[in-house]
Amino acid sequence: MTDTTSQSGPMLAADGTPLKKSLHRAQRRQKVRALMLIAPLLLFILVTFIAPIFDMLLRSVENDIVPDTLPRTVVALQDWDNASGEAPDEETFRAFYTDFALAEEQKAHTRLGSRLNFEMSGISSVFRSTGRDVGKFDTDYYTDQFVDADEVYEDPVQWSEWMADDGVASALPQTADAYAGWVKVLNEEGDDPLDEDIPDFVYTALYHDLAAGANPPVLPSVDVSGWDDISLKEQFIDSNEDWADPDIWATIKAFSGPYTAGYFANSIDLQSTPEGFAQRDEDERIYIKLFIRTMVMSLAITGMCILLGYPIAYLLSHLPARKANLLMILVLLPFWTSLLVRTSAWKVLLQNQGVINDILVWIGIVSDDNRLALINNANGTIIAMTHILLPFMILPLFSVMKTINPSYVRAAKSMGANDWTAFWRVYFPNSVPGIGAGSILVFILSIGYYITPELVGGVDGVFISNRIAYHISSSLNWGLAAALGSILLVLVLGLYYVYDRVVGIDNVKLGG
Amino acid sequence: MAPTAADNAFVEFDRVQKSYDGETLVVKDLNLSMPRGEFLTMLGPSGSGKTTCLMMLAGFETATHGDIRIGGTSINHIPPHKRGIGMVFQNYALFPHMTVAENLAFPLEVRKLGKSEREAKVQRALDMVQMGKFGGRRPAQLSGGQQQRIALARALVFEPELVLMDEPLGALDKQLREHMQFEITRIAHNLGITTVYVTHDQTEALTMSDRVAVFDDGRIQQLAPPDELYEAPQNSFVAQFIGENNTLTGVIKSIDGGRCAVQLDSGEVIDAMPVNVSKPGERTKVSIRPERVEINKSRLSPDAHTLKAEVLEFIYMGDIFRTRLRVAGREDFIVKTRNAPDQVRLQPGTTIEIGWLPEDCRALDA
Repeated sequence: MTDTTSQSGPMLAADGTPLKKSLHRAQRRQKVRALMLIAPLLLFILVTFIAPIFDMLLRSVENDIVPDTLPRTVVALQDWDNASGEAPDEETFRAFYTDFALAEEQKAHTRLGSRLNFEMSGISSVFRSTGRDVGKFDTDYYTDQFVDADEVYEDPVQWSEWMADDGVASALPQTADAYAGWVKVLNEEGDDPLDEDIPDFVYTALYHDLAAGANPPVLPSVDVSGWDDISLKEQFIDSNEDWADPDIWATIKAFSGPYTAGYFANSIDLQSTPEGFAQRDEDERIYIKLFIRTMVMSLAITGMCILLGYPIAYLLSHLPARKANLLMILVLLPFWTSLLVRTSAWKVLLQNQGVINDILVWIGIVSDDNRLALINNANGTIIAMTHILLPFMILPLFSVMKTINPSYVRAAKSMGANDWTAFWRVYFPNSVPGIGAGSILVFILSIGYYITPELVGGVDGVFISNRIAYHISSSLNWGLAAALGSILLVLVLGLYYVYDRVVGIDNVKLGG
Repeated sequence: MAPTAADNAFVEFDRVQKSYDGETLVVKDLNLSMPRGEFLTMLGPSGSGKTTCLMMLAGFETATHGDIRIGGTSINHIPPHKRGIGMVFQNYALFPHMTVAENLAFPLEVRKLGKSEREAKVQRALDMVQMGKFGGRRPAQLSGGQQQRIALARALVFEPELVLMDEPLGALDKQLREHMQFEITRIAHNLGITTVYVTHDQTEALTMSDRVAVFDDGRIQQLAPPDELYEAPQNSFVAQFIGENNTLTGVIKSIDGGRCAVQLDSGEVIDAMPVNVSKPGERTKVSIRPERVEINKSRLSPDAHTLKAEVLEFIYMGDIFRTRLRVAGREDFIVKTRNAPDQVRLQPGTTIEIGWLPEDCRALDA
């Protein structure tokens, strides 16, 4: 006879398997069932919510376009000292020429220009103008020279055979690289490299390879020693003199990695300089100001909602059910009309010649030439948003107040507390969880609010979310929008954490 | 200190009426006078007006008519927080956001007592209910019985002369309730405070009180010490409400001083003691306690009227036997006999003869 209770090892089930294992097996079915029940929702949220957000947040650091478009330049720039005050050397420009010519074939240079323009304004037009010129560089001289020397150099079929040869490829690294890049672009565009003329930049690369002393097999030998050496640096600077500006090159170098902190730096009003990130000029700093304004105004709106909502919730929770239900419908009435309609109504009411100003003037509180500016500024945003978000404060407050036992206040009074003391010492602390829940709701909703500030906020009443929307839909700087959004998300999570430490998330009740 | 007139009528209800809707009276013409130090229980079914009376006394409801006096002073216009009445609520109403000690200190704080005095009083009150070590806990961390003790301590900590308790033991299980019944009476008597206790549990009322006021339909039906209430109910409601009771209906046949003969609806005639019947021909309900019914004919006086009874059911309850009989056409006649060695266990189906002493059979209003 074995005594399972006296042994020192793990507890065993009746059939001798460890009890934990047995329990686990018994619970597995339940767990699988539970998982199956939530699986559709989980999948839905994953596909429509988590994945897009993750993708969006990733955009805030993504920078593939620079190394993908200018792979050779990025490598060549590694040796360039961006503090030298001079543009890079000829070597770099040669690599840049190949990259740029290839990019121009796919029109990728304009996208790259737009991308870099976020970091340094004006780059975009430099890329564009040179994009128009790069086909007309004097490098057709090399093409003509090679074709003059031997007509076989004009034949794309011949080229394709040469480049398939390992000995050629290793003897002519720049040529092989340029040719391979060109073939890749043609293949992507669905063209046949055997039908197309070999572009100037391949001949240019071939010249530079041969001039460097390469001795390739197969190719008909050409003596290039007497040929003119065309400076690509000069060609680029002729096309647009900004290429001589080291700042452009510093920018390209600073953003040459596949990931960048540039968007985040931008969102906290930093800009890249040759010495690294530095604060923008005072009049260009907007985002930190906007973040602070968003926080302060959201707090103000939350405060207004508490002030206005608390008495209403108190009244509602103390009325008999029938009357309370009727009044609750009035509280929920705003939900029945479209947000846009309500916001537009505020425009009518609050504008300079609007109803409220007219009444104030008529009563004589304000003079006619001194009407209050109630809209298209921070006032308008706070008034309209308080109105819109008030139900989100009243509802949790009401449901928490409903659960406060009326005998608490009676007990306090029976012990000698007057009405105010009974309220403040006993009733109010028990309603704090409702304030907490309402505040979190209102604050988080208002911090991301967009439509109302856009319509009634004017210039100084807009939120950071309006800026995000602008970058998503107008300036198309999605990276910056993603960075701003990430910061907002982190801020909200941080505040939530602080709130948890100060108030305690257990103290939040939505009722019950 | 010699008892004064005010001491004999420390709490007074003088023709108090209460209506919520202006159409019906919840409390009808209530008159009650309590001496100082008494433990009085208001007992009644729900809706009988007992809680309303308590709330009027506490000041949470106002009397529609009449006067409520404490110590000779009318308190009709004194707000609840100035009445100085301790109160224990049905669900204890301990403040959940304060510790036990803070709960107890609350009435002292609003009375602006100094810190050291406060702490001493709180500790004394906690010790009194044997909860001295629980000052730092939150109410939610206490069991129901412990919360009950704290609620009691909190109602007493500011030394009120009058304490009101609104069904304070309703949420406790039976054993704990019995223990707390004893505790509460002990503390109340030790401190000599006047207590008004509201309950719908008659056992609680009988075991705890000096006097019990039985409420029904907005009136006090009977106000008497527990034994009197049980043994000498003044009307059929009280007889029904307090304890178990057998009721037979009939008409007074003859009445003679302390005795009357009642002809039951089924035809038999029994002896009874007239309580609130006065002349022959009146309809009456006679009430006999199940334990006062005699099944052994030899113990009855020879001229006593007896009734035939058929045994329907015998229930063994441990300390007692409970037998259901068919008597005078009714099938709910109960007899309780003590589980003694010589006691007969009646077999269902047998027919016996039962009787009682005339003074145990009370002829009440119909």
